[in-house]
Amino acid sequence: MLSVSSSETAPAVRPSHVTRVAGPPSYWRLVGRRLARDPVTLAAGALLGAVALSAIFAPLLAPYDPTTGSIRLRLASIGAPGHPLGTDEQGRDMLSRLLFGGRMTLLAALTPIVVACVFGSALGIVAGYLGGVLNAVIMRVSDVLYAFPAILLAIAISGALGPGLGNTLISLSVVFLPRIIRVAEAVTVQTKSLEFVSAARAGGAGPWPIVRYHLLPNVLAPILVFTSTQVSLSIILAAGLSFLGLGVTPPAAEWGLMLNTLRQSIYVNAWVPALPGLAIFVVSMVFNLLSDGLRDAMELRT
Amino acid sequence: MTPLLEVDGLVKHFPLRRGTLRAVDGVSFRIELGETLGVVGESGCGKSTLARLILRLIDADAGEVRFRGEDLFAASDTRLKRVRRDLQLVFQDPYASLNPRMTTRDAIAFNLLIHGTARSSARERADAILDDVGLDPALFGGRYPHELSGGQRQRVNIARALVLDPCLMVLDEPVSALDKSVQAQVLNLLQRVKADRALTYLLISHDLNVIEYVSDRVIVMYLGQVVETGPVTELTEHPRHPYTQALFASAPTMAPTQRLERPPITGDPPNPVNPPSGCRFRTRCAFAMPQCAEVSPPLLALGPQHTVACHLFTTN
Repeated sequence: MLSVSSSETAPAVRPSHVTRVAGPPSYWRLVGRRLARDPVTLAAGALLGAVALSAIFAPLLAPYDPTTGSIRLRLASIGAPGHPLGTDEQGRDMLSRLLFGGRMTLLAALTPIVVACVFGSALGIVAGYLGGVLNAVIMRVSDVLYAFPAILLAIAISGALGPGLGNTLISLSVVFLPRIIRVAEAVTVQTKSLEFVSAARAGGAGPWPIVRYHLLPNVLAPILVFTSTQVSLSIILAAGLSFLGLGVTPPAAEWGLMLNTLRQSIYVNAWVPALPGLAIFVVSMVFNLLSDGLRDAMELRT
Repeated sequence: MTPLLEVDGLVKHFPLRRGTLRAVDGVSFRIELGETLGVVGESGCGKSTLARLILRLIDADAGEVRFRGEDLFAASDTRLKRVRRDLQLVFQDPYASLNPRMTTRDAIAFNLLIHGTARSSARERADAILDDVGLDPALFGGRYPHELSGGQRQRVNIARALVLDPCLMVLDEPVSALDKSVQAQVLNLLQRVKADRALTYLLISHDLNVIEYVSDRVIVMYLGQVVETGPVTELTEHPRHPYTQALFASAPTMAPTQRLERPPITGDPPNPVNPPSGCRFRTRCAFAMPQCAEVSPPLLALGPQHTVACHLFTTN
């Protein structure tokens, strides 16, 4: 009796677990799986995680105040007692300054990238989707800004606005905005002309459902991948502005600024001044490797 | 009784830097309920533009399209949204016509969602349609386009159009991107759903075998204009227009005795940016006369349903 009833109900109810077994993973799970198989990207991610944590928890991790030093302990070598990474030209602990400096550098580099990504994507997608005069205005203005070399534009804007963290954020946002607008516009125009967009229109979909369900999912991944390639440049530009005295002002710790103030000490103790440069190099390298891995993992195989 | 679809004097010119591309230049025809009308012509003759004009995916420069007597070009946005449920399009390229980030189930359900169907019932109907086009919803419903073959994608395309329960389906080269063996499967599927759902087809193709296999009536286009229309048997057996004759003669045949030594027509069609004066076919026509260069021949009725645009018939 029991066996009869079970054999009768079995075909009527579609076994839900079959769908799960046969169904492929979602796109983002697939991306995660590809990333997990890529040791270089994983190592870069781990290193970035460590840098980010040390930047966030700098006040807890730093053994000394990064802005007060001791005249008697100037330019102590790496491995000096109490100062594992030595001290700078004013006798301030290098480890503490590097930790706080990373905080400042990452803040100055990542904020403009996020700002530019949000506004640049929005402007680029609007320009690409609507086209016409609006497209011409947005694209020609960003072409004008894009015509300047990045570092020159950053120096010009920061020079005009004056030094300070806020002005660094503004000038770097302006540097990255046109780059992201251009990429966003290009992928939007390309995606818009594909037949599945026409198919959605033929089905009766208005502009908003088309943008929301057909355009955005297809343009955001390329924009994000491009944005991630710009992070390392942003780090170098942020540090560069501080190095030139246009960014963060002393006595705050920032890698570019540290490189500037330690510049003269290179003849006394070569290794200590090299540390902030090394930090800039490693972190921008990590971002580059990560964006490469991200690009490979987010690639759609059609 | 009014025909299901009437196309009257449809014109679409694309302005280019040098001149205008006359993609569709005064095309008129009608489709009766339940028939399959084939549109055939070389690539670049305006077939696909015609499909997009009828569905108002691009705006026409002149002419009228009446669906069940209603002027589509005068329809408001809300009215057009409603009419589009009855008038669906299946695209040529099975790769570009599916959103790579949507599962097949969601791609089909999307068409219902925008017309206000609840998500759960939209998914249920999507699954039912998938089953109908020969794809197991449990297996294929959650798949992304890159996990499907060309034939499977085209089935999803057909399902996406069918889910709106249309009356007229415009099939723009529905099988030309597929392998020969898969073409037959998809054509048979199209024939079956047409019978099941009492559909009317406008089938656009450059493949004469496909046209002959499926169509009831055929329209032959050349450089944006209609040169001949008629029932498919009439056109294949007694083509009257020199272009139609050449077109059917150039179709590859399996019978060795019927193979031609020389191609019946040579060269490419002239550039539609600056089409020849008068009859557009005269530059490649073996029967071209002086008057062909001066006057564009009108469509003349040769039989109850057979019309042809050629001066060979206007003079007699």
